[in-house]
Amino acid sequence: MLTRACIRTMAMLALFASAAAAWAGTDGDDRWQGGLRAQHFQDRAIVVSKDVIALEAPYRAEDAAIVPLRIRAGFEQSEQRYIKTVTLLIDNNPEPLVGRFHFTPRSGRADLALRVRVNAYSPVRVIAETSDGRLYMDESYVKASGGCSAPIGTDLEAAMRRLGRMKFRVDGPDLEQPLQTQLGVSHPNITGMQMDQLTRMYTPAHYVTRVKVSYEGEVVFRAETDISVSENPNFRFFFIPGREGELLAEVTDNRGKTYSERFRVPTAN
Amino acid sequence: MNRVVDYVLPAAAMVSCLLLSGAARAGAAAPDCVDAPVTAVADGVYVRQGRHAVVFEGSGIANIGFVVGRRCVAVIDTGGSAREGAELLCAVRKLTTLPICYVINTHVHPDHLLGNSAFRKTGAAFVGHRNLPRDLSLLGQTYLQRASAAQGRVLGPDYLVPPDRLVEDGLLLELGGRTLLLQAYDRAHTTSDVTILDDATDTLWSGDLVFLEHVPVLAGSVNGWLRALEALETLSAARVVPGHGPADGPWPDSAAGTRRYLALLRQEIRQWLRDGGDLWDAQRRLGISERDSWEMFDRYHQRNIANAFAELEWE
Repeated sequence: MLTRACIRTMAMLALFASAAAAWAGTDGDDRWQGGLRAQHFQDRAIVVSKDVIALEAPYRAEDAAIVPLRIRAGFEQSEQRYIKTVTLLIDNNPEPLVGRFHFTPRSGRADLALRVRVNAYSPVRVIAETSDGRLYMDESYVKASGGCSAPIGTDLEAAMRRLGRMKFRVDGPDLEQPLQTQLGVSHPNITGMQMDQLTRMYTPAHYVTRVKVSYEGEVVFRAETDISVSENPNFRFFFIPGREGELLAEVTDNRGKTYSERFRVPTAN
Repeated sequence: MNRVVDYVLPAAAMVSCLLLSGAARAGAAAPDCVDAPVTAVADGVYVRQGRHAVVFEGSGIANIGFVVGRRCVAVIDTGGSAREGAELLCAVRKLTTLPICYVINTHVHPDHLLGNSAFRKTGAAFVGHRNLPRDLSLLGQTYLQRASAAQGRVLGPDYLVPPDRLVEDGLLLELGGRTLLLQAYDRAHTTSDVTILDDATDTLWSGDLVFLEHVPVLAGSVNGWLRALEALETLSAARVVPGHGPADGPWPDSAAGTRRYLALLRQEIRQWLRDGGDLWDAQRRLGISERDSWEMFDRYHQRNIANAFAELEWE
């Protein structure tokens, strides 16, 4: 029975793997050129450059379920010119779209840090759309595998008990400057590719799909996310408060549940 | 168990090894097979000491071996490939004609367990942690892909042999004149750690709960691992066979390095989290004082930080 369960798992994962051309060691732009690009950006021109958006990723990540990424904007956000949307793709993941992240002039900087799962050696690419509608891309190659099917990292029962809890951290008291803000969400972000110990069934996918952070009623950060975001999603971004007030995070998962958390931004005396 | 096709065995040497082993008698000519270099660390306790390397980049990495009783043999870990397993089997056969009753896996990691298939035909029961079937089915596809790439051939699911006897908590295995005490741990180095104590020689096989020389690799829980070490260190033993490093370590002194590394990691990450630091910087700045104390530090330390960080930020 164990063996049967095992083989079934293998068959299913093999399917994912072949669909993703995920053979360890495969590199190049096969999946990107073979449909990903068209699916997400049709035939729009994309400038490959680090000047607008730059991706920092470890070349090798021994823990494929928690790969930290840093995305840096090449210029400050302004009403005249700003980065509207950052799309993050991991070509060889079962679902390549990690997420779309939306910024405004109030973001100050369209920088972003988060942690992702990498299921097979893969190009990781970040595409920024600026307010004038142009697209810019940077990419990096990450050697890591198994991140999406890796056993659920923490004790699932404990994780479910604190499901939806959130932590804010905002650095710096200057309300006129872009403040670095971290939002941590306690959520197992189950990929659907992880099997349950007792039932031998796949634990059904359960993951964060939408994140919205507003400050005094104005949206300052918004994202649509998928299973490649690591468990306990953590986003670091910037925003300019401009005045005293309160942050509100609203997070929705694929089961339609919404969680929220408020946080008063600390000010200097 | 599926025993239909066994295309994974390295053909000729392996087959002749198995055939001869059946016919061998004490004093008869040694079987014609390539054997793993094993040393006796105690009476009837044999270890092939591994060489430090990154899994799937090197071979013969983990410490593996076997314990010989009056009635039968227990193999403890089988190495990172069917070939390594076959060489360990050959080493058993050159020392004894007794049957192999058990093949024990100390945990799921491939450098310890991918040699299992070489023991399929011995009739041995495969023994492992209650979580090992789950962990193996979750990680198996990745292991097969990596092993296939490393060996340059396609390995099928039969290359993985899950346990058919599970260690729920404690388990005694009788080998004739000696008893092995197996203990399962909650989430520690991995989620499927088992230690083995041989009562005849007081030899502790710690699996990867103890690392010597090679930097500890965290794939479970830093809190759990430190708790496991606390429990383990109260155990009286004459020596330890660690998962990596010198095969005959003094006990409990040999646990000190692993404990120090993990405790430092935990302490520095907790402080880092209080200060609002992120994972990227943590991976490059924390625990660096341990760097000169360990081999393979640059390959595994960042991963350890990632794991511990994820655990500790919501503790």
